[in-house]
Amino acid sequence: MIANAETTIDDTGKLNIKFVLDSLTGASANGAIAQDTIQTFSRPSGNGQYDIAAGTTPLDDTFRDTRAQLNISWSDLISPESDYTYTLGTNLSKEFDFQSIGFSAELARDFNQKNTTISGGFSAAAEEYNPKGAIPIGLTSMAIRDNFATEELFDTAFEATRGSSSETISSAEFLLGWTQVVNRSTLMQFNYGYADKSGYLTDPFKIVSVINNQGIAQDYIYESRPETRTQHSVFGMVKKHLDESVIDFSYRYTTDDWEIDSHTFDLHWHIFTDGGSFWEPHIRFYQQSAADFYSTYLVQGEDVPQFISADYRIGDMSSITLGLKYGFEVNEDQRAEVRLEYYRQTPKSVSSERVSGLDNLDLYPELDAIYLQVNYYF
Amino acid sequence: MKYRIEKYRLILLLTVIATVGGCSSMGVDPWDRDLLAKSSMAINSSPLDQSIDDHIYFSKEAASGGRSFAGGGCGCN
Repeated sequence: MIANAETTIDDTGKLNIKFVLDSLTGASANGAIAQDTIQTFSRPSGNGQYDIAAGTTPLDDTFRDTRAQLNISWSDLISPESDYTYTLGTNLSKEFDFQSIGFSAELARDFNQKNTTISGGFSAAAEEYNPKGAIPIGLTSMAIRDNFATEELFDTAFEATRGSSSETISSAEFLLGWTQVVNRSTLMQFNYGYADKSGYLTDPFKIVSVINNQGIAQDYIYESRPETRTQHSVFGMVKKHLDESVIDFSYRYTTDDWEIDSHTFDLHWHIFTDGGSFWEPHIRFYQQSAADFYSTYLVQGEDVPQFISADYRIGDMSSITLGLKYGFEVNEDQRAEVRLEYYRQTPKSVSSERVSGLDNLDLYPELDAIYLQVNYYF
Repeated sequence: MKYRIEKYRLILLLTVIATVGGCSSMGVDPWDRDLLAKSSMAINSSPLDQSIDDHIYFSKEAASGGRSFAGGGCGCN
């Protein structure tokens, strides 16, 4: 649920307030691979465990959260009739075990009868994780109740895998932009972004399977990621007004020091129909390479690397989104939009595994999602 | 491989510079902005959709930002 309000003050000042309330339920992959037998995992809090059926990708069903987010931004001309526009923004986000606070500042200058705009912006944010059951120590083995004779022995072993009760992330970003009107029906935009994150960039809920030479899981270790990440992005967009429609095409390239490179192609075709209504088909294609420390599993006896993660979100993969939006005017002041999007993510599988015994298991499951969104403007 | 990437980056940079060079001849007069003034021609014509998409993709993919700040504010990655 998102509520967004924008108001104009003294002709040029714009105040925008956005409130987001998300309710997230559903299971998410815990990082372990599927097996031919039932697998048992401890819940992240240490209270209780869950079983995963044979041949199934392990999902942690504990995942349930509500997120509240507030964004406020203010933009105005530096002085009346000025070519400079500034924007100041702040955002606050709160979940059960996570919170963040951030601010941003941007300055844009118009040139050439407002046909060219150059902008520069900076943003900084601080985030904190404080999961129930504390932060796991990277690379330690998950303690599982079934392997211990008593509750006390399990508790002691579980406690030994726990580090601090909370961890933080700080980030800083720069964004340079250039927007250009090409002709009466065409405009384009180019951006360069630099983002630097440091702190606890590991996912405290993700683990990695440790398997033997027959492909059978012997252990699960908590993942561990580097404490810094630097990303560069280049973004280009062209928007063109055709006879009865608007085409919006964009391309984004990102590269980071985890060796993840990505390409994103995004196309929206906004088709005007009678009475102020429109149809808008959408297609998006995304592809990324894996982080250099990504590994689907670890084989027993191999050296344990300093950093390892089996999180599919930093693995080799591609995704496609197909969408359709319909918008119409309800009356003079109100309009509504309905948007349906289908998302399919396909991890790239490895042609031959490092050990036998995994051939019949789906280690690279595809992910499908459908989104229905309703926007109402009044 | 590294060399190839560097070469592509150089080509990209040269393309951008060449485009910037031609920029003074681009643009329209203020009275020719009828199409550009339409809300569907705004740089970010659907900010709500954009913020929802950014959040969804941030939680499912490794790359973020580009169009705007890469952000965060979500314990999902």
